[in-house]
Amino acid sequence: MLRLVARRLLQLIPTLLGLSVLLFIWLNRLPGGPAAAMLGERATAADKARIEAALGLDQPVWVQYGRFLKRLSELNLGVSTQTGQPVWDEFTRAFPATVELAFVAMLIAIAVGVPLGYFAARRRGSWLDVTAVSGSLVGICIPVFFLAFILKAIFAVQLGWFPSFGRQTTGLDATEVTGFYVLDGILTGEFDAAWDAFMHLVLPALALSSIPLAIITRMTRASVLEVLGEDYVRTAESKGLSRSTVRGRHVLRNALLPVVTAIGLLTGGLLSGAVLTESVFAFGGIGSFIKTAIDERDYPVLVGFIMFIAAAYVVINLLVDLAYSIIDPRVRVH
Amino acid sequence: MALLSVDELTVTFTGRGRRDVKAVSGVSFDVDQGQVVGLVGESGCGKSVTSLALMGLLPRRGVTVGGRAEFDGTDLLTLSPGRMRDLRGSQLAMIFQDPLSSLNPVVPIGVQVTEILARHRGLKGEAARKEAAALLDRVGIPDPTRRLKEYPHQLSGGMRQRALIAMAVACAPRLLIADEPTTALDVTIQAQILELLKELVDQQGTALLMITHDLGVVAGLCDQVNVLYAGRVVESAERRELFAAPTHPYAHGLLGSIPRLDAPRGEPLKPIRGSINDTIAWTDGCAFAPRCDRYTLECLQGTPALGEPRTPGHQVRCVNPVFSRGVDELRETALESDAVETAGTAAAADKEAGA
Amino acid sequence: MSTKTDKIDRLAELTAAAETSAGAGLWVEAWRRLRASKMAVIGAVVIGVFVVVAIVGPWVAPYDPTAQLWRGEVFPNQNVFVGPRGENWLGLDHLGRDEFSRMLVGARQTLLVGVVATLLGFTVGALIGGVSGAALVLGGKVGQRIDTVVMRVIDIMLALPSLLLAVSVAAVLGQSLTTVMIAVGVVQIPVFARLLRGAMLAQGGADYVLAAQALGVRKRRIALGHVLPNSLSPVIVQGTLSLATAIIEAAALSYLGLGNPDAAVPEWGVMLAQAQRFFDSAPMLAVYPALGIIITALGFTLLGEAMREALDPKLRS
Repeated sequence: MLRLVARRLLQLIPTLLGLSVLLFIWLNRLPGGPAAAMLGERATAADKARIEAALGLDQPVWVQYGRFLKRLSELNLGVSTQTGQPVWDEFTRAFPATVELAFVAMLIAIAVGVPLGYFAARRRGSWLDVTAVSGSLVGICIPVFFLAFILKAIFAVQLGWFPSFGRQTTGLDATEVTGFYVLDGILTGEFDAAWDAFMHLVLPALALSSIPLAIITRMTRASVLEVLGEDYVRTAESKGLSRSTVRGRHVLRNALLPVVTAIGLLTGGLLSGAVLTESVFAFGGIGSFIKTAIDERDYPVLVGFIMFIAAAYVVINLLVDLAYSIIDPRVRVH
Repeated sequence: MALLSVDELTVTFTGRGRRDVKAVSGVSFDVDQGQVVGLVGESGCGKSVTSLALMGLLPRRGVTVGGRAEFDGTDLLTLSPGRMRDLRGSQLAMIFQDPLSSLNPVVPIGVQVTEILARHRGLKGEAARKEAAALLDRVGIPDPTRRLKEYPHQLSGGMRQRALIAMAVACAPRLLIADEPTTALDVTIQAQILELLKELVDQQGTALLMITHDLGVVAGLCDQVNVLYAGRVVESAERRELFAAPTHPYAHGLLGSIPRLDAPRGEPLKPIRGSINDTIAWTDGCAFAPRCDRYTLECLQGTPALGEPRTPGHQVRCVNPVFSRGVDELRETALESDAVETAGTAAAADKEAGA
Repeated sequence: MSTKTDKIDRLAELTAAAETSAGAGLWVEAWRRLRASKMAVIGAVVIGVFVVVAIVGPWVAPYDPTAQLWRGEVFPNQNVFVGPRGENWLGLDHLGRDEFSRMLVGARQTLLVGVVATLLGFTVGALIGGVSGAALVLGGKVGQRIDTVVMRVIDIMLALPSLLLAVSVAAVLGQSLTTVMIAVGVVQIPVFARLLRGAMLAQGGADYVLAAQALGVRKRRIALGHVLPNSLSPVIVQGTLSLATAIIEAAALSYLGLGNPDAAVPEWGVMLAQAQRFFDSAPMLAVYPALGIIITALGFTLLGEAMREALDPKLRS
């Protein structure tokens, strides 16, 4: 087990290095180069040269890349051109919001998708099955930001059941501990704050969960259908085991293996979706930040955030792989 | 009275928008206490479907089951799913063809054995583990306590089938159905598994319904043999009688197609021509007629009845039965195949012990 | 009866099977199943309508989609909009242009973005995956090394969430319609590459390849003549599904402000992004292009899924 972790961690290094090369090339290929990006369009040639010298852009490319790497390893990603704050600080401030949102969305997708897919497979051809399958097909075809907008228009603006933007009602005096507001509220005993934060989460999380929900439902259904035809399920039935044992231990346990892998792969899409939903609900996480960074052409922020999101994605998939090797004994041995 | 009495069992698959397929079209046979009964036929003749129907393991949708199957006086085919669940594993048990795919890959062997003990014998915890280890030991798995913690992929093919047998005999069932239990195994292992089955049946007085296409298995194990063709029993006889005097042209051809060591060099093998696809419905006459050398127009006058043209108790469903081969000549062959069987078993057992 | 003869039989069977599947058999069978599938028929009809609209749209559009013909009737700031009426079937947009004409003409741009982006991802991805897969099937240390390097790069691309990858590309190349197509296409590259390589790898281990090798068929011929054609079906299925993803992703880029800056040329994604601002007073302006995108994407998804089922050997009876 430890060796597996070590090997997978080692495999991370070339991936992250490759990613850094990609980002480095990107930074240098920006329209007019980083200097122009910093100074704006009206910079004089002299200004540009000065900045380039100050940034070390007159050095050979590999020296520049070395410095870029060094800065990366020090988590020094420059300063946001919008706020003047270090990118790393902005990142740590926004990160918990996105994690909280993505986590709740994934929770919804799993809690609804797995049972739905399971029962759709068991009652193949029933109205439940037809609804689940067509619903999941439509689900992946609705642009996330449009869904977010519709949810907001109906449940926040029209019906007023949920707040329409932000993570917290303004003026609410809540103590911040972890940055995950719901958790903070519970930890500090400020349950009204926790409830408030939760209500703010509902709509964005629902919108964000649409695609993973659709995919998990379909995967679970397909997987359960396949497992139901397996010989070992017949063996279990031939032993006269109770229905719940057959379903839990023999059907679901095997059927959920591919779903676990899918959950890892879906996190990437979840982070993309977060950019869109967060900006609709002005949620104040990484997504909202990236949207403004795009609008304002705030390149240091964009580069930094993309690097971190990619790293987070890689790490999440590593964790999922490890989890998989725990639940599937066939992988464990190798 | 017989322990299991199957009477005119029919199984029809009804697919949406597709023609109904009659997989079993009227199978009848008996299995007595402690008896080993063979169900023989080529693939597609309905033997596996018969066994699944008896176990109540056919899907409920798209399948129609008819006829009766009385097990100890109760009809298995009309039993409620709940009662059937109680019977399965405790009174009736089954061993399947492919031991790897028949075991749950992500659950340790131990759990797969103890779960049946918990279900039918109420054994839990340490007691269940002890009993499971004893069971594995009984089916010849060395170091059983260690094996209990292992997963199916860590076991060899023969070990997996032994584990499956352990589960099947865990509650000392009165009837054990084995559906081609040796087909997926190496020849050496095959003999060991058959030997093990024989032993267990003798010890527990269990009746065994052996489903196979392998005549070697029949010769080595069965007391009574039923030959199936296209979903019907075409010949039913005591083992020696059948090998000595196969009377239905199909059974005759089946036995005749076995290559013989004492045949002159260069003599061609004798296959049955055609395949099971060249079959007509039993209602139109004898389903074997299109492949039969002795086919006459009488063959097409409805389903031939079971008769006893040669000896009492030797049932044959044919209007033109074969009497040509001498009984004595064939009896020798049967004895020979017995001898080969036991010799093979002994050699294989040595091998396994060495491994 | 013996395992040896069984094996020989099986080999013969498989070579025969491979021969037919490389030839017409597989496709004929798939085509038959596809026509019988309700999903495929609905999908194909939707796509057909969409393509026809995309082709003839600009000619049948009743008005110039870029001309602000009714400018004086629409005041977005005062929430004054014009809904459907006799001369404007879908009403007017926020600049007083005919929404129906814009929808008709926009279909072409949307189709263009989807097709070009998918073609780009398909071609480059299949090339990379094909080279990698062929290298692996042809075997040898060099082949393995090529594959390792290529797949590492692909994994890095996959590590970037698709939208952010598109954002990066769009940011580097500046804003234009071409950028959107390239950005959305680049995202698809690793998907196609992975898929084709995986399929070739699976085929490379198949018994019929061993049989071909045993018969002395040249390795290159095996890789290109047998393995590649047999591996293409999942890639083609993915191509159909990717058209849906591309259209949705292009809309997302437009929403993020990275779409075609030339707002005069109507495109459903851009129209949807622009209409969001007036959602409270004129929700239908967002709903029309959104429905266009959803229904079209659904058409491609239905057809793709139906094709996947038709080509899946496991589902074949």
